[in-house]
Amino acid sequence: MALDMKRRDLNIRIEELTRVEGHGNVVVDVSRGRVKEARFEVVESPRFFEVMLRGRRYDEAQHIMSRICGICAVSHTSASLKAIESAMGMSISRRSTLLRKLAMCGEMIQSHILHIHFLAIPDLVNAGSIIPLIKTHPEIARAGLHVKKIANDICRVVAGRHIHPISLFPGGVVHTPEKDELRNLKRHLQGLFEHLDLTVEFLLDHPFPSYTRPREFISLKMRGEYGIYNGEPFSSMGYPLNTTTYTKRIKEFVVPYSTAKKARSKAGGFMVGALARLNNNVRNLRARAKKALSRLKIKIPSYNPFMNNHAQLVECFHFTEEALCIIDTLLDMELKDEPPAKPRGYGRGIGIVEAPRGILYHEYRINRDGIIEDVNCIIPTAQNQIPIEEDLRGFVETILDRPREEVRWLIEVLVRAYDPCISCSTHMMDVTFV
Amino acid sequence: MIPLERKPRIGFFSFTCCEGCQLMFLSCEEELPGILEHIEIVNFREAMTERSEDYEIAFVEGSISRKEEIPKLKRIRDTARVVVAFGACSSTGGINALKNRFPMDELKRLVYGKKSPVDTIPVVPIDSIIPVDVYIHGCPVPEKELLRVLKDLLLGKTPRIPNYPVCTDCKMAGNICVFEKGMGCVGPVTRGGCDAICVSYGCVCWGCRGVVDDPNISAHRGTLRKYGLTEEDILRSFSLYGSGYEKKRPEHKD
Ligand code: SF4
Ligand code: SF4
Ligand code: SF4
Repeated sequence: MALDMKRRDLNIRIEELTRVEGHGNVVVDVSRGRVKEARFEVVESPRFFEVMLRGRRYDEAQHIMSRICGICAVSHTSASLKAIESAMGMSISRRSTLLRKLAMCGEMIQSHILHIHFLAIPDLVNAGSIIPLIKTHPEIARAGLHVKKIANDICRVVAGRHIHPISLFPGGVVHTPEKDELRNLKRHLQGLFEHLDLTVEFLLDHPFPSYTRPREFISLKMRGEYGIYNGEPFSSMGYPLNTTTYTKRIKEFVVPYSTAKKARSKAGGFMVGALARLNNNVRNLRARAKKALSRLKIKIPSYNPFMNNHAQLVECFHFTEEALCIIDTLLDMELKDEPPAKPRGYGRGIGIVEAPRGILYHEYRINRDGIIEDVNCIIPTAQNQIPIEEDLRGFVETILDRPREEVRWLIEVLVRAYDPCISCSTHMMDVTFV
Repeated sequence: MIPLERKPRIGFFSFTCCEGCQLMFLSCEEELPGILEHIEIVNFREAMTERSEDYEIAFVEGSISRKEEIPKLKRIRDTARVVVAFGACSSTGGINALKNRFPMDELKRLVYGKKSPVDTIPVVPIDSIIPVDVYIHGCPVPEKELLRVLKDLLLGKTPRIPNYPVCTDCKMAGNICVFEKGMGCVGPVTRGGCDAICVSYGCVCWGCRGVVDDPNISAHRGTLRKYGLTEEDILRSFSLYGSGYEKKRPEHKD
């Protein structure tokens, strides 16, 4: 019984979307077959991080900013450290850079797997959570739990724990893992590919919906590597973009229905995250990730937001290989404790990294006494708000022949594909640099 | 503490926070399938679609920072037999309480500009609003402690909250005291139970688990003086997690 798409009126309001990180609502109003309103409302309580940091010492900043989000704590810590170090003229050793990158690989894999297995896959088998899957689809549930555990172990070995890493400190990394711990990690990491392969099979057997709309992708880009810690911001539209001009090109603005700001580039809304990175950096993927890309039949550039799920899986292959390489390099080095570099100046500093959900920007002003005076951050989910709403508009008009409950469910699947991190998105709302 | 006839039903609730403590629960990957044999999770917005208003144990994460959170918290208290303050945000106010250093009007103006309709109140831990039965401290809560408390609750035992200083953990971990290296540390008056993990990983204790019940402050002052550190340094550390030598909390009436 197909419904008449052209005449359909439909009001859908989803309060407190589940299986996403943080509190958000979705509203879609359709009148006579046209979407009149599509809103992604962030209702998370604002936490005022930009104010919380004011008056605190520079070496507390990464510690405080990590608490913006439990899932991407390593990314917030890393962006924060880069901003502090750039403001204060500190440079870190090769050992410390490698350890930070290794921790970031761990966070990428753990965050992606949490999303793919715990949040997204239940949609594909009509379940409300991963819990019933432990009985009905034990292989895929166990694969998710296992990969996530090993990914968390990476962060544990480097930084003490994966939620709010400890040893990542201004001027370096203040703990040195034992080589035996690294060798042990290596062994476990080598075992992850079979679980990831199984996940590829699962996604091939359980297709997501599909919807294509061309858009701009922004991510870091780095010569010779799939940049997540190093690199400069890059737009698929090709206009020049770099660290210092980022806030000139990317503007944030407030909307009344949301406690998060939205972001717009000179070209309009843009998408960040795994799909953006994959589209912008496909050539720098490692071998197994490239193979996964072709097995998952992702054509680059892909303008299908549902493919963000698949892009995350491809990245899990990539970051597992990357972590193995970093470990091999570390095993060849002499590893010992190093005192962190000391500040050599003060002023303004910017730190940009790729968080699991996309490009993340921290900017601080630090005074002569090492006290933070001003803070600005641009968070992935704030940047993804416009494409989420634009996709809602476009996609919903293509599915109006479906029953109401199905439309509602497909809307949830679409928003979830972005893996929005709402806790993150509300904490920075101001650009008050003067 | 709670003799139960059916599989205990547990709800996870989240107020103003980073949701890291909930994630800590999801990170017990090895134990999760086993735990799920013994409990039924009925409310966990981050991980599941189903919701129910029928539960015995409520794990409450996050602090209270908006008026509209207060009635929600009270409803949880009315429903649950056991309320667990889950993590620093909920047990001491946590990092969020840093905003209390500023007047609320100034905060809103600084962040949203003059015409902001945002509702924000000084941050408080949940026991400023409702009685709490069990505390799991830390930012984030240690996995070990979380599992132990959960097990005790399921066995009907009253979970014990550690009440010895982090220094005890630190000595057990075989760390060199950071005072010897000229750094300051609030371990002597902070509640232990975390294996002094921050010292083991190259930093100092920042006091995330709050102050022990009767802190030996004068001894701490002595140590400080011995190593040339000021009390101000230490208070500064404590102010990171909303706890200080004296509990000063803003009051909220609804
Ligand atoms: S206590 Fe820390 S880890 Fe837990 S929710 Fe609060 S900020 Fe996050
Ligand atoms: S380092 Fe801190 S926690 Fe450890 S013994 Fe010294 S004062 Fe105590
Ligand atoms: S060492 Fe201190 S700051 Fe670290 S977890 Fe323990 S109580 Fe918290």
